[in-house]
Amino acid sequence: MSVTVFSKAHIVDPSRGVDEIGSVVVDGRKIAAAGKAALNQGVPEGATVIDCAGKTIIPGLVDARVFIGEPGGEHRETIASASVAAAAGGVTSIVMMPDTDPVIDNVALVEFVLRTARDTASVNIFPAAAITKGLEGREMTEFGLLREAGAVAYTDGRHTISNALVMRRALTYARDFGGVIAHETQDANLASSGVMNEGLYASWLGLSGIPREAELIPLERDLALARLTGGAYHAAKISSAMAAGAVNRAKTDGANVTAGVAIHNLSLNENDVGEYRTFFRLTPPLRAEDDRLAMIEAIKDGTIDIIVSSHDPQDVDTKRLPFADAAAGAIGLETLLGAALRLYHNGDVPLLRLIETLSTAPARLFGLPGGTLKPGAPADLALIDLDEPWIVSESGLRSRSKNTCFEGARLQGKVLQTMVAGRTVFSA
Amino acid sequence: MTDASSLPLFPHRHLLGIRDLSPADIELLLDRADRAVAISRQSEKKTSTLRGRTQINLFYEASTRTQSSFELAGKRLGADVMNMSVASSSVKKGETLIDTAMTLNAMRPDILIIRHQSAGAAALLAQKVGCSVVNAGDGAHEHPTQALLDALTIRRAKGPLSKLIVAICGDILHSRVARSNIMLLNALGTQVRVVAPSTLLPSGIDRMGVIVARSMAEGLKDADVVMMLRLQRERMEGAFVPSIREYFRYFGLDAEKLKAAKGDALVMHPGPMNRGVEIASEIADGPQSVIQEQVEMGVAVRMAVMEALLDPRRNHEGRGA
Repeated sequence: MSVTVFSKAHIVDPSRGVDEIGSVVVDGRKIAAAGKAALNQGVPEGATVIDCAGKTIIPGLVDARVFIGEPGGEHRETIASASVAAAAGGVTSIVMMPDTDPVIDNVALVEFVLRTARDTASVNIFPAAAITKGLEGREMTEFGLLREAGAVAYTDGRHTISNALVMRRALTYARDFGGVIAHETQDANLASSGVMNEGLYASWLGLSGIPREAELIPLERDLALARLTGGAYHAAKISSAMAAGAVNRAKTDGANVTAGVAIHNLSLNENDVGEYRTFFRLTPPLRAEDDRLAMIEAIKDGTIDIIVSSHDPQDVDTKRLPFADAAAGAIGLETLLGAALRLYHNGDVPLLRLIETLSTAPARLFGLPGGTLKPGAPADLALIDLDEPWIVSESGLRSRSKNTCFEGARLQGKVLQTMVAGRTVFSA
Repeated sequence: MTDASSLPLFPHRHLLGIRDLSPADIELLLDRADRAVAISRQSEKKTSTLRGRTQINLFYEASTRTQSSFELAGKRLGADVMNMSVASSSVKKGETLIDTAMTLNAMRPDILIIRHQSAGAAALLAQKVGCSVVNAGDGAHEHPTQALLDALTIRRAKGPLSKLIVAICGDILHSRVARSNIMLLNALGTQVRVVAPSTLLPSGIDRMGVIVARSMAEGLKDADVVMMLRLQRERMEGAFVPSIREYFRYFGLDAEKLKAAKGDALVMHPGPMNRGVEIASEIADGPQSVIQEQVEMGVAVRMAVMEALLDPRRNHEGRGA
């Protein structure tokens, strides 16, 4: 068993509240030690010692909302290509959405994903199963069998379940098997033909708007059902101050509720749509600056538990179109950390809290290994230079699709090395 | 036209929207259009300004009026005009806008006129082709030549626009004509009012530089110009307003409602009209109506725009990709 020692590193491990200079000792697939105390331990014979002075080690990111094109859309992204992109972004675990073709709504598909991941992926891939068959919002999938096969959560991906009874039953039934119901909420009637945030900017562009209420109304319904059933509910991608307020009230009431936010809604606002830039057509849409600031506040006060990339690869055939005709979604695995670190560099969110929302909290929420550097945990980690600036360029991104919102953006914080279960899967 | 070299150079390569134009740009186009009106009224209507130039009309939405206006404008300037009939082309077979644009671009036209149902389509096209692009209407975004022809019609009848009150009435929400007109009239300092049922007003209308009137009586009071907008039939059968009858009762322009405006107020409509829905026939055909003049000004404005974009003084610029 080979031993690697990352010595004199700045260790940030939210799972133990550690933020100190120390050493991380990786023994085989696991972490043997991580912290100040490990600095003075002897180095075992034959160990590889890496001097990490000035560098930072964090538990690998756990990205809990990633859309991948395999099966069915391999030209956009495969499990293998997504995992290469993830590794380059310091992401060691992915929760993969069931919006594939065919849909991940049965045991065979879960097994397909896990088998393909085992054979081709360099990071951990955890499939989430559909709540309803075919993502149609009607009949429940086999929660128990899916969970046994390896599905880590239930979600209808991009789809919102409009039928309250279906949602009630899903929340109730899921209790028996564990596993969170993760749901994106957008009322289809209220959102109608909307393609960006409703407001003055959309009005001048002549684009139909999506009001914040389209997110809030089904979310409020879900939160009420979570209270009613006691089921574990995760508001997967909230975008507005009013949605954060609703989640906060539900949490205060003691409901079993958590929330996530896409990195785009923390980094950008509706003005970034500019002159019909289709890469900025997202669901939920980029909102006003006030909403973005409210999302940051919600990260700080704990209303929002996790940050996700909502990585959604789209090809030119779905993006090189007039804005209203283009598909929604942007890639994000490789820029998640750099974009999130803006919040740290700006002084908005402390580093420990930020890494918690990117790694420790999503691992805990979805019951995944990782998200920690405590001894005995799998050695899923990223060695980063917190301060190194870099400029995002489409050509440098490893994802098979290039629909990034951060083309040309200056980010600060670069991944130097990524390790999954003790194996180096990326090094700069 | 004679002696266009005395006019300032138009500083834009495309006409994608009124938003990009300064008040001086607008006045320049209107001045040029005044000269084009004179040409259109001669018996010899053909000039050689754009001789040897190729104009392609790419209309994704059927439009007899605007398309023929652009076609006639090009022909009067001596250009070779080609109409791409989208209904019978490969576009129906799923070719994307950009692929069509690239194909047309390879034919080396000098100017592309595009109408498309999606906002931003003209701007997207302009990024991909090497020639000038004129937006002839993109979704609910802009229809700049309509706003220019409206302004020309008003200016010729009423003088400087800065002293006037213009009421725009009807489906503001879905109207590119309304957006372009609001921007143009704001740029020239006109007081703009909008009148519509609240379901047909866009979000943020109160911050678009207009006065939102609650009724036709309020909106038309002392107005110099009343602009009516077309209301699509499918929008007045319960979706945005309950019925044609109710819409006409409160928002249709009839003799009674028109009394609120100045006695010599102009009545305008971009066409095609729904008689008895947004406008009564007696008004549309009445003495205050300048709807036919608008059509005439349309040809002149489009001549002016194409001449300005293809100004021979800019020939050395060459084609960019």
